[in-house]
Amino acid sequence: MAVTKSPPTQGAASSAGPEEPQGRRLDSPLVLITVLVLAVLAQGPIRRMLGAPVMQTWTTVFVAVVVQALPFLVLGVLLSAAIAVFVPPSFFARALPGRPALAVPVAGAAGAVLPGCECASVPVAGALIRRGVTPAAALAFLLSAPAVNPIVLTATAVAFPDNPEMVPARLVASLLVACAMGWLWLRLGRTDWLRPPARSSYDGQGRGAAFWGSVRHDVMHAGGFLVLGAIAAATLKAVVPETWLRTAADNPVVAVLALAALAVLLSICSEADAFVAASLTQFSLTARLAFLVVGPMVDLKLFAMQAGTFGRDFALRFAPATFALAVPVSVLTGAVLL
Amino acid sequence: MNRQAQAAVLFLLGATLLHAGLTDLYLRYVKAGLRPLLLLSGAVLIAAALATVWYERRGPGGHAGHREPRVSWLLAVPVLALILVAPPALGSYSAVRTGTALQEPYGFTKLPESGPLRLALADYAGRAVYDDGRSLRDRQLKITGFVALDRDGTPYLVRMTLNCCAADAQPVKVGLTGHIPPVLQPDTWLEVTGTYTARRTHDPVNDGPIPFIEVTEARPVAEPRDPYDETWNS
Repeated sequence: MAVTKSPPTQGAASSAGPEEPQGRRLDSPLVLITVLVLAVLAQGPIRRMLGAPVMQTWTTVFVAVVVQALPFLVLGVLLSAAIAVFVPPSFFARALPGRPALAVPVAGAAGAVLPGCECASVPVAGALIRRGVTPAAALAFLLSAPAVNPIVLTATAVAFPDNPEMVPARLVASLLVACAMGWLWLRLGRTDWLRPPARSSYDGQGRGAAFWGSVRHDVMHAGGFLVLGAIAAATLKAVVPETWLRTAADNPVVAVLALAALAVLLSICSEADAFVAASLTQFSLTARLAFLVVGPMVDLKLFAMQAGTFGRDFALRFAPATFALAVPVSVLTGAVLL
Repeated sequence: MNRQAQAAVLFLLGATLLHAGLTDLYLRYVKAGLRPLLLLSGAVLIAAALATVWYERRGPGGHAGHREPRVSWLLAVPVLALILVAPPALGSYSAVRTGTALQEPYGFTKLPESGPLRLALADYAGRAVYDDGRSLRDRQLKITGFVALDRDGTPYLVRMTLNCCAADAQPVKVGLTGHIPPVLQPDTWLEVTGTYTARRTHDPVNDGPIPFIEVTEARPVAEPRDPYDETWNS
């Protein structure tokens, strides 16, 4: 009843080696119980160790990122399972233009209907590719969905009451980057960078088994990487002082790059990043636009999840290319609209 | 990780989310509005765990040997962190390292005419800085927040504002002057009674404006149910 047949040696940072049916079978529940018992026994020392302010802040931010992202991940996972099980591939063939170059902007614009943040869009984009949607279009959807949906745009408008032009600027720049990345994938992308999607592994199973199998697989997979990303984001939030940013704000070029990098490192949910951008008052509007455009497309949490869903080969090429494209597009959009 | 272990992790994760959502624990980490989604996703995770066990018992499917990568084990970390440690809401450490997030409010609602006035800390700061304290003069005011000490020792009363989760939480700071208690322990929650003063300073982190309040009395209080100020959410 497995759902996708991802080769176990690819992508995952420490993926399981070749299967050892007899030995491992009993192992993992045993390991889990051992870990839980040890943690309960050692909770006194663990609490003391986490008592220092740095560690406390780290733990709080870590838990907050996970607790905040999990509901959206579950939402995306449910949607992705529904697409995989209940929507026939022929639907997408009819809904999207046949020519991939046209399908890209249509899929990018369709991102506006998925309300949520980037955690939801990764499993959905994965399901779209498995359902036969051309990868270029699915990737345009992946990039645009967290940035251009109504919830995020409303939050942006609320966060920038004095600069309503931030909303169209964010919309335009995000759509441009999403479509450009889709077209770039059409020209340069190679399918062997993508972890081979499972063929219709639902055949021969009941729909219920296939649906829940898909949910289980996606949560275990993307969830593990989500935790990895949350660890990285919490470390940066707790350790790097914000005062470093002040020196960066003085030079316009450095300011844009600094905020773009900050967006990658902080991995804030796209529904909330506008408020953080609004408080970075020492930076130019263009630099803050770069923060808003880069954040939902490239960040540590997202990178980890992309590596988990599409494979590391893919993520290592896709994320830097997106970053390299998002920064100049933000600057150009900022120059025109802000 | 085999199916049983996956089911166990899914179940624990779902139960943890339900536990956080059914108590006030979740308010330390995320906005109050996320509660329905949190409970829903907890229920879905538990359902997925039960379904996994159910279909596993009915006999292995076509790919019985398939396992998830070891990175899935990391899902046990938030479970342990939430159940065993349950870290507190963000406090003075992050407040001092982050610049004040005070922004000009859209407008000011009319305040009641008489009596001591209880204000949200961010509301006081907004009126003090952007309305020059017009509505606050010659009145007894009460604001609540936790204590944070700046590197040079300036005492602030702080409330963290939150838009989505603690990762985006930002402080609003009000400086304390006047009859300050002789010993100020960072992270203690205080209800400060005082009056408006025109004194201001700039946040050393981001140059944001920080108003002051002339303290007449400071009383330790319990941490509020929702430690974050979420007024800007609505």
